[in-house]
Amino acid sequence: MTVPAQINRTGPLDRARALSGFKFGDRTFYWMTRISALAVLCILGGIIISLIIGAWPAIQTFGLDFLVTRRWAPQLSPSPVLGALGPIYGTIVTSLIAMLIAVPVGIGIAIFLTEFCPPAIRRPVGVAIELLAGIPSIIYGMWGFFVLAPFMTDYFMPGVIATFQHVPILNVIFAGPPSYLSLFNASLVLAIMILPFITAISRDVFQTVPPMLKESAYGLGCTTWEVVKNVVIPFTRAGVIGGIMLALGRALGETMAVAFIIGNSFQISGSIFSPGTTISAAIASEFAEASGVHMSALILLGLLLFILTFIVLAAARLMLARLQEKQGK
Amino acid sequence: MKFSQMICSALVAGVAMVGLSSAQAADITGAGATFPYPIYSKWADSYKKETGNSLNYASVGSGAGIKQIQAKTVTFGATDAPLTAEQLAKDGMAQFPMVMGAIVAVVNVDGVKAGELVLDGKTLGDIYLGAVKTWDADAIKKLNPNLKLPSAAISVVRRSDGSGTSFVFTDYLSKVNADWKSKVGVGQAVEWPVGVGAKGNEGVAGNVAQTRNSIGYVEYAYAKQNNLTYASLVNTAGKTVKPTLPAFQAAAANASWKAEDGFYQILTNQPGDASWPITAATFILVYKDASDKAAVAEALKFFAWAYEKGGKAAEELDYIPMPDNVVALVKAMWAKDVKTK
Repeated sequence: MTVPAQINRTGPLDRARALSGFKFGDRTFYWMTRISALAVLCILGGIIISLIIGAWPAIQTFGLDFLVTRRWAPQLSPSPVLGALGPIYGTIVTSLIAMLIAVPVGIGIAIFLTEFCPPAIRRPVGVAIELLAGIPSIIYGMWGFFVLAPFMTDYFMPGVIATFQHVPILNVIFAGPPSYLSLFNASLVLAIMILPFITAISRDVFQTVPPMLKESAYGLGCTTWEVVKNVVIPFTRAGVIGGIMLALGRALGETMAVAFIIGNSFQISGSIFSPGTTISAAIASEFAEASGVHMSALILLGLLLFILTFIVLAAARLMLARLQEKQGK
Repeated sequence: MKFSQMICSALVAGVAMVGLSSAQAADITGAGATFPYPIYSKWADSYKKETGNSLNYASVGSGAGIKQIQAKTVTFGATDAPLTAEQLAKDGMAQFPMVMGAIVAVVNVDGVKAGELVLDGKTLGDIYLGAVKTWDADAIKKLNPNLKLPSAAISVVRRSDGSGTSFVFTDYLSKVNADWKSKVGVGQAVEWPVGVGAKGNEGVAGNVAQTRNSIGYVEYAYAKQNNLTYASLVNTAGKTVKPTLPAFQAAAANASWKAEDGFYQILTNQPGDASWPITAATFILVYKDASDKAAVAEALKFFAWAYEKGGKAAEELDYIPMPDNVVALVKAMWAKDVKTK
């Protein structure tokens, strides 16, 4: 309040100068934000260009065969045979299983926290979920390796394998022998890692639903399930899907925890209890000692992950736009 | 005014100090293999105490070490997989062995104690090929008639990262198992037919310790530190040997080192009744005609010191010092080929 008073007291000239000072400040602010935004674009473009340059020798050597080749044989000289099918398969399978587990559980937790939870435990549970997001991924990897993997391998997997061994298709997906380091164990750890993203974002958007809408629905005699299904979720759909996509992005790109427990095997086996690898785990494992076409192929893998993530995010946007269009009608 | 003066004087003083310190202490810089890092850092420690000169060694991996010396960002490179004479000639580099180590097969099978399980190269190769699948397979039973082995599947553990250890191990398997040679071959990273990959020697050691009915391969020091159950191996003379320092030394003694080919020598499957079959030397690379010859001279001084006084420290860490005759050959090569002035 003191500034305008001063301006008025010292006459019109000073007032203009003060105003131009404000204008200057505002313009600086405008340019700072604008440059920050442009910098993001520049960095992104720079990363894509350098990935393409680095991957070029591999693109020239392998071409589209890179996408469908199952072998990964860097030792063959003079020309190694390298294919991305194993890592791509592992990336998609682990992310898919992780999402299958984390989405229902994550949204379930969010609904419980906003609709059912007694206020006394709402905060502790909420904070615990947010803490999960803050744990470094290597810790998840170690926990998965030393605690989760032995438990799953000794107690969970043998039972599942025995149960489904005579059921067609399922006996391939759940085939033995159980392995400490496997696609399934990696997926479980991934699911726990992405859970907080889904829960925290869903909970925040659920809280934005106007109480009047919910109370009207309750007033009409809806059950809680009906209120969640017909009022809360439709109202917050965009936010929830945004949270799920953020989680999927993390699942696709997660490196250290996965490299620790997936087994880093380029073989593709139908069983989710067998070891595999993901794009990011493969890059992390082999980058240090790679050279020549091998190095270039790893950079090409990175480019593929980039494209894969882009496709997933674009598909999500499209889906969201469709949903909103439908809602509008 | 005052503030800027202060900054100026601080800067001048800083520059002067940097100039002085670089003139006084000759830092030796090197990069490469992770396997000899423990002994290099121990040597560097003692060397600094004795001479005041320090060694700055980055354990970035053999491949990265070769890249760095080629880019001339370091005075010496270190690699577990030796370069061939042609490769050395192309870059004008000299290569010599610094210290040796051994690789052992480690297992985690209930009821089997260290050294009890006997494997030969053919069987070890077949396990890593996935041809021998269970611990009670005939091939293993035949070598261990008195050992009670479970009918459980063998969990094969190997390196996921490119590594000199894998290079030496696959080189051994290629020499003793024809199928391995034709199907997989030799390399720092190869197309492993079966098994799970773990990062680093410590990763393989951890995995084997953790996983029942597993087998892996690690540098001897890691097996010892982690109390892992090592297997005895049948060497090329047909004798069963345990991994001990004398067995490693026997393997090293039977090698014939030649300066002409850059001491190219992979010490796997060496002859001799007592020889441990998977032994390896780790190598140093320097330029014969480096632009900074004083730095090379300092580096060679350090290596000469390590050859002379580093033997005990090496044995404490389960490395094998180079035999005297090899050291003499290396020093002769330095005098002849490497320009230090």
